[in-house]
Amino acid sequence: METPLTQHISFDRPCYSLRDYEKNGGYQALRKALSLSPENITNIVQASDLKGRGGAGFNTGMKWSFVPMNGHYPVKYLIANADEMEPGTFKDRMLMEGNPHQLIEGMIISAFAIQANISYIFLRWAYKKAGRLLKHAMDEAYAAGYLGKNILGTGYNLEMYLHTGVGRYICGEETALLNALEGKRATPRAKPPFPQVSGLFGKPTIVNNVETLCNIPHIINNGPDWFKSLGKGNDAGTKIYGVSGRVKRPGLWELPMGVSMRELIDDCAGGMANGYGFRGALPGGASTDFLVKEHLDINLDYKSVAAAGSRLGTGTMIILDDHTCPVGFVHNLEHFFAQESCGWCTPCREGLPWTEKILLSIERGEGKPEDLDLLDMHTRFLGPGNTFCALAPGAMEPLQSALKYFREDFEKHIDQKKCPWR
Amino acid sequence: MVRIYIDQKPYDVKPGKNLLETCLTLGLDLPYFCWHPAMGSVGACRQCAVKVFKDENDRTGRLVMACMEGVRDNMYLSVNDPTAHDFRSQNIEWLMSNHPHDCAVCDEGGSCHLQDMTVMTGHAYRRYRYPKRTYQNQYLGPFLHHEMNRCIQCYRCVRFYKDYAGGKDLDVFAAHNHVYFGREKDGVLENEFSGNLAEVCPTGVFTDKTLREHYTRKWDMTMAPSICQHCSLGCNIIAGERYGALRQITNRFNGAVNGYFICDRGRYGYEFVNDPDRVKQPAVRAENDGGNLFESISSILAEGKMIGIGSPRASLEANFALRRLVGEEHFYQGIPENEARLMSKILSIQLSGHVYTPPLKETEYADVVLVLGEDPTNSAPRLALALRQAVRTKPLEDMAGSNIPLWHDAAVRELIQDDKGALFMAYPVHTKLDELAYGTLHAAPEDIARFGFAIAHYIDSNAPVPESMDAQALESAKHIADLLQKAERPLIVSGTTLFNEDIIQAAYQIGRALEKGEKKAGLSFVMPECNSAGLAMMQAPSLHAAMKAAEGGTFATAVILENDLYRRAARAEVDNFFRAFKNIIVLDHLQNDTTSKATVLIPAATFAEGEGTLVNNELRAQRFFQVFMPKNEHIRESWRWLDEFGQFRLGTMPGDLRELDNLVEELVGAMPQFKGVESAAPSADFRINGQRIPREPHRFSGRTAILANVAVSEPKPPQDTDSPLSFTMEGYRGMPPAPLTPFYWSPGWNSGQSVHKYQSEAGGPLRGGDPGVRLAGEGLFSVNGAPSHIPAAFKRQEQAMALVPLAHIFGSDELSVHSPSVEGRSPRPYIALGSRDAERLQAVEGDILQMRIAGQVFDLPLILKNELPEGLAGLPYNLPSMSGIAWPAQGVLTKTGL
Amino acid sequence: MIAQETLTPEEMAEIDHEIALVPVRRAAAIEALKIVQQHRGWVSDDSLHAVAGYLEISPEELDSVSTFYNLVFRRPVGRNVILLCDSISCYVMGYEKIYEQIRERLGIAFGQTTPDGRFTLLPNACLGTCDHAPALMINNELFRNVTENDLDEILDRYH
Ligand SMILES: Cc1cc2nc3c(=O)[nH]c(=O)nc-3n(C[C@H](O)[C@H](O)[C@H](O)COP(=O)(O)O)c2cc1C
Ligand code: SF4
Ligand code: FES
Repeated sequence: METPLTQHISFDRPCYSLRDYEKNGGYQALRKALSLSPENITNIVQASDLKGRGGAGFNTGMKWSFVPMNGHYPVKYLIANADEMEPGTFKDRMLMEGNPHQLIEGMIISAFAIQANISYIFLRWAYKKAGRLLKHAMDEAYAAGYLGKNILGTGYNLEMYLHTGVGRYICGEETALLNALEGKRATPRAKPPFPQVSGLFGKPTIVNNVETLCNIPHIINNGPDWFKSLGKGNDAGTKIYGVSGRVKRPGLWELPMGVSMRELIDDCAGGMANGYGFRGALPGGASTDFLVKEHLDINLDYKSVAAAGSRLGTGTMIILDDHTCPVGFVHNLEHFFAQESCGWCTPCREGLPWTEKILLSIERGEGKPEDLDLLDMHTRFLGPGNTFCALAPGAMEPLQSALKYFREDFEKHIDQKKCPWR
Repeated sequence: MVRIYIDQKPYDVKPGKNLLETCLTLGLDLPYFCWHPAMGSVGACRQCAVKVFKDENDRTGRLVMACMEGVRDNMYLSVNDPTAHDFRSQNIEWLMSNHPHDCAVCDEGGSCHLQDMTVMTGHAYRRYRYPKRTYQNQYLGPFLHHEMNRCIQCYRCVRFYKDYAGGKDLDVFAAHNHVYFGREKDGVLENEFSGNLAEVCPTGVFTDKTLREHYTRKWDMTMAPSICQHCSLGCNIIAGERYGALRQITNRFNGAVNGYFICDRGRYGYEFVNDPDRVKQPAVRAENDGGNLFESISSILAEGKMIGIGSPRASLEANFALRRLVGEEHFYQGIPENEARLMSKILSIQLSGHVYTPPLKETEYADVVLVLGEDPTNSAPRLALALRQAVRTKPLEDMAGSNIPLWHDAAVRELIQDDKGALFMAYPVHTKLDELAYGTLHAAPEDIARFGFAIAHYIDSNAPVPESMDAQALESAKHIADLLQKAERPLIVSGTTLFNEDIIQAAYQIGRALEKGEKKAGLSFVMPECNSAGLAMMQAPSLHAAMKAAEGGTFATAVILENDLYRRAARAEVDNFFRAFKNIIVLDHLQNDTTSKATVLIPAATFAEGEGTLVNNELRAQRFFQVFMPKNEHIRESWRWLDEFGQFRLGTMPGDLRELDNLVEELVGAMPQFKGVESAAPSADFRINGQRIPREPHRFSGRTAILANVAVSEPKPPQDTDSPLSFTMEGYRGMPPAPLTPFYWSPGWNSGQSVHKYQSEAGGPLRGGDPGVRLAGEGLFSVNGAPSHIPAAFKRQEQAMALVPLAHIFGSDELSVHSPSVEGRSPRPYIALGSRDAERLQAVEGDILQMRIAGQVFDLPLILKNELPEGLAGLPYNLPSMSGIAWPAQGVLTKTGL
Repeated sequence: MIAQETLTPEEMAEIDHEIALVPVRRAAAIEALKIVQQHRGWVSDDSLHAVAGYLEISPEELDSVSTFYNLVFRRPVGRNVILLCDSISCYVMGYEKIYEQIRERLGIAFGQTTPDGRFTLLPNACLGTCDHAPALMINNELFRNVTENDLDEILDRYH
């Protein structure tokens, strides 16, 4: 089984220096890419069917192809989204702490493909170690001529900056991220216009997830067909999957796209921890719908998970066990989302705190039967398109599926006027 | 036109608009909060949701925010769709979940957009049963009251204050459902347009603090369409009264002039009307044996020749009535000689046919702007707001290829970022617009003029070039010349503020030069007062000419119309002038130094108590209407008094006075340059279905209670013989013609947001055309061919300082400063010096310096303005305690105690 | 009157560096706030005014940004700041117990600072180490798989 993304990652030793990375084939993809035309690279990436690993799963090469390439835009930007604040998600941290050069190489190739001369890594504040290692790796890359002016003598220039955030989940939303980079409040922007056309400082900009970018060197090295062959079913490539919660071995694994949920939980994570039973899981971070026992055999690719009523999201799974109150679980999530609403649009700003309060009162045994209708109403009306960005719709995913699969737990709270788990 | 289908009905609509404005234009009631016709869409409030369908057959559709979606040909949408309707009502419930529901004690109640929208969506029952979020309010200065708990977070306030008006000290703080709109700390909101927040805010967060002092609900006010009295731009306003006091000024939309916004001087300057020091009774001084007014007047009028001094702050009608009374040859403008010269120069330029005077609103679309010797923020504030928009014109045009519609404000701002069109500011000191300028020149008036001439030279090499200018200035003049020539709609702003004729000539010279290159440049001139243009068009001689004429003692009587001459000329000169008369009849509404000289003092109506016409700086004649009958019958419009005096003179007794219309007719007959004034508004006999236009909304309440302390029976309402407006709530309920609109109201739309119902399309001109008639000034001037005279460069004098008047939005205007709120924002007297001059005097900021100007002595604290050229000192223009300086002036400066 | 505090030469140099990287001065706002917070522990009103002045923006504009983000401290914090993850995986793995224990040990709830100024305790969204929940950070250091037994030892490292 090939594990291109993690092949050089081991936490038993310090992470690769530039020398080690190069010795193991690092920056070969960059050399190759620089000999190709930018359009050619975009075509290869598009053909590889790489889908964005930040959650939305949009074809990466296609996204790049919207960037104007006609020379009218002297300034363009490439940004690595390393904000990773989606609860339950911890994969980008591993990629950055494990092999920062892989990300840097992926970014240089991607920037070259859209002919951007400035790139940023937008790193969340809490990732101190990743920040240190990235900074060091960037210095090495500059010194080796992979970054800066006239890269490898090709005449191509690229500056790379590391920006660390100061909190706020919404900074991960790509347009809010742009505002944060501009030194403003990180409220999202309206789309259209898309960042590909009017992004950072009004210039064409691509924002990609860390994991997405880490795939790029391998696609360039091995070609789109190889990449497609890595996936098991519907989707191309490998994926960093993760599991957290009451399992025997929580962790991260690079697996072919489309492993089954059961394989992931049982084989990789060692199954449920002793004494704990499985009730459900959010397959890809806090803003995805619950999957339950009946879904254990579905494949974890974009299409299959969608067919099961959820989203692959970030591919990092959070397990709900039978010792944890589903109402408390969802309350914790909605508390997070309500806190992290940017406050720009009405439904999210006012609706999320309301759901949070309802859930809290149910959890405390103060809920009323009408409260379930109010929760249903919110899940209906905080849907995509009704709010300004995808935060609130994301927040409704675990809630709506919890109301579907665990409704009797909610009702029990209301009937018994207490939380049965406490 | 494109065809769209709304709820299955076909409509042909204008392309390039968003669905919200389109629906409003079609008369459909769609609720909204964050969208504003002048500020565009940002999609924050999510209130304007509609369903859009893929095609004719799609039954599912998707919810979209109407303000964020452009119209497309063959588009199918639904406003009434149940999901869309439910979402809108749910959205209101969210907004209301933390709202205090304090309508009964809220100043906005009854004219509240949030109330209207809540009712419109049908949301009635609140299901949120948790404690509400509460905030602390801030002190924001004398103009606005702050009540954050009512906030619905539509972000309109910051968008107006920061993005539109360039304010710095209001912003949004925190995040999620804790967002807070206010200042960093308590303090006075500094922006000159802050008062618009009271109208921009759809609920009661920002409300008019002065209204609060004498609060009345909108439905209980008697209102009339009026014209702002506080500068030469003539912004349209609505003035409201109750219990005999003027209570509130709000913006009256005029698509060609002020649009949706007015400045704080205009909004808050009204309280002079309620001043306790008003002239309320006619007063006859002792030597005229204190007898009966009419007898005294009759005898005075019979006594010999009269001289009449007009006024730039009195209506055309009042000035004309005075002219008629005293005779054309004895009528004088009542402004200093220098100002009269500037005004006639400006008029001759405006009427020359060589340049174009754009209406105020059009200045927003200028792509290159040169401001020569003006500080619009202080001398013509609403123009400064327009220029703030003008700097965006060029970048907006440049983004034409981007597919981003202009109404998409958020996207537009992100795309153009800090790009600005070229604005160049030339004024002796730093101005607020400097921050937007790509270049500034801080120089003496002479040098500003020379700079202008240099620009003209670089456009048209036949125009003379000023001698011995420094290379850098020439370089920059050349650059501006180049930009102006390349511009599509160049605009030059100049005016009277610095009392320098050469500057005006230079502005004209640039216009001429551009015209030769087949480009008619826009020239906007700032004038001193609300009817400066109207008065100047009468072409009467100046106050100084009157002084000369009076010298021989040939006149027995002077009639002074609404004019404090002590603000016009040096005190000694005015004293001397008054000494020449036996009788001095003064008509005015506030006590001042001139009224104290009156032998007969006549109480004149203010703009709120009378009717009249003003001509603004673009020669637009606009009518203001009486808001209320003054409490006492002695207070009458000056024109009415003067007309009555005229009748005495003719020997007829008071009886049927001429009505305003007759006077206007006579005015136009006597002075054809005023042709058009008669159609500025419908005449007094105008009726719709035989009905008058009511000044009171039809919910006006308690009219039998208003005078209950006197009598409980309802008195006969006052009759208006001069206009088609009635003083009651009875009358025509439909839409009045634009110049007669006393308030905005439409079923379900109680707030001012209902103005879109009065517009031909949402945000567009008023139905029937924006009010006001631009005067062509027929036959007034022959083409001005005066060769330009280029002044010598400014040179510092050893003995005296050259003084420049520095205009102040709050303080320089005679009337508004009588409003306590405005007075509170007025600067204290000061003298401004550049650093070199201060050093020479060994003075530091705050030191008291003594300035002698033509016999007057002022002790003034020093303010340092480092950009002031050496030899030049700035004085705040016409503060009440600093008037009577004959501009341009010189003074001798000493440090006291030396 | 206005700002009493001024920026130190060091702070200015660091901010200048950030300004050089962006097309407009005010775009360095967040970086500048971080720099000042790094040096002073928190951003006081005076510091805010000083930074705003340096960036040539109004205090309002800067405070609008600073109050948006939760890791810009606009109130004084203790010498050591504990960020306890309260997000979902840590919830499942029992962060509430850790919270109880910190409360008992230090006598402070979320948002509070010990009277001796040693610790400030703040809740923090997901620290991105969910496979080692519950987790917390103190200053720049991450602690994972925190158990009630470790806690005393961890806290003792900070003075
Ligand atoms: C509220 C919200 C938070 C997000 N947070 C992240 C994040 O932390 N990291 C990330 O890569 N994408 C995040 N996204 C997705 C980004 O908006 C964007 O789709 C992604 O960075 C694009 O990269 P990709 O195409 O490589 O997936 C978030 C989206 C939303 C709506
Ligand atoms: S849904 Fe609205 S309030 Fe929520 S984060 Fe997005 S834009 Fe902000
Ligand atoms: S008016 Fe359309 S979202 Fe506010």
